[in-house]
Amino acid sequence: MIPILFVGFAALLVGCSLMVILHRNPVTSALWLVLGFVSLAGLYLLLQAEFLAMVQIIVYAGAIMVLFLFVIMYLNLKRDREEGIGHLMRRTIGWGIGAVLLVEAVLLLRHKWVPGPLAEPGEGVWGNTIAIGRLLYSRYLFPFEITSILLLVAMVGAVLIGRGGVGVKSERPGE
Amino acid sequence: MNLPDVVPMSWYLILSAIVFVIGVVGVLVRRNALIIFMSVELMLNAANLAFVTFARYLNSLDGQVFVFFVMTVAAAEVAIGLAIIVNVFRLKETVYVDEINLLKG
Repeated sequence: MIPILFVGFAALLVGCSLMVILHRNPVTSALWLVLGFVSLAGLYLLLQAEFLAMVQIIVYAGAIMVLFLFVIMYLNLKRDREEGIGHLMRRTIGWGIGAVLLVEAVLLLRHKWVPGPLAEPGEGVWGNTIAIGRLLYSRYLFPFEITSILLLVAMVGAVLIGRGGVGVKSERPGE
Repeated sequence: MNLPDVVPMSWYLILSAIVFVIGVVGVLVRRNALIIFMSVELMLNAANLAFVTFARYLNSLDGQVFVFFVMTVAAAEVAIGLAIIVNVFRLKETVYVDEINLLKG
C-alpha cells in the first residue's frame, strides 16, 4: 500500500514541479506549486513526520504561497513572453546543465542504502509532535531562540524594504 | 510492475534529486524573478525531503528538527525577497531579471 502511495505522490510532486517552471502564467505556476507542496506533505506522512506534514501545509501551502500570490496580484504581471536566440540559448544551456546534474545525482544515489527503516515506532505511539517538541526545547534550544531573532530581523527588514519611500527613490541613477 | 513491500531509501533520495534539478533548471531557464523564487522554494523542499528521509531511515528525529529550521529560514527569505522584488518593480517597472542589469558594465 505504501509503495503505491509513494509512487502516486512522487508522480504528482514531479509533475507539479515541472508545471511550475514550464507554465507561462505566474499565478498558475504558484497554484501548481501549492499542489506540489501538498503532495510533499503526503510524502512526509508516509515518512511518519506528521508534525512536518501539517507545518508544510500550514506554512508553505498556506502562508508562503499566499504571500507569493498576493505579490503577483499586486504587481499585475502579464504572461511571460520569451522569444529570440538569447532565450533559446539559455533554455538549451539550462536544460543541459539540469540533465547532467540529474544523471550525476542518480548515479550517486541509486546505490543500496539501508533496506528499510531501522526501527518501527512502538505500539500506541501516534504522532511525533511530542518528541519533536522535547528535542526542540532541549538539544536545539539555542538554535530555536536564534530562529526567533531571525524572524524578527526578517520582519523588520521586510517592513523597511517594502515601505519604499524617500530612501529608495533617491538611489535611482541619473537623478 | 512489481512494487517492493517497503519503499527503498534510494527512491526517496532520487525523488529529492529530481525535484532539486527541476528547481535548478527553473532558476537557469526562467527570467521572471517570482518564478525563480518559486524554483528556489522547490530546491529547499527537495533538501527537506532528503532530511526527512534520512531521519526516518536512521530512526532519528534530528533531521525533522532541521527541516523545521529550514522552513523558518525559507519563510524569512520569502518575506525579504518579495519585498525586494516589489521594490525593484517600483523602480524599474519589471520583474524580468535580464532587464535588471544596472551592475552590468
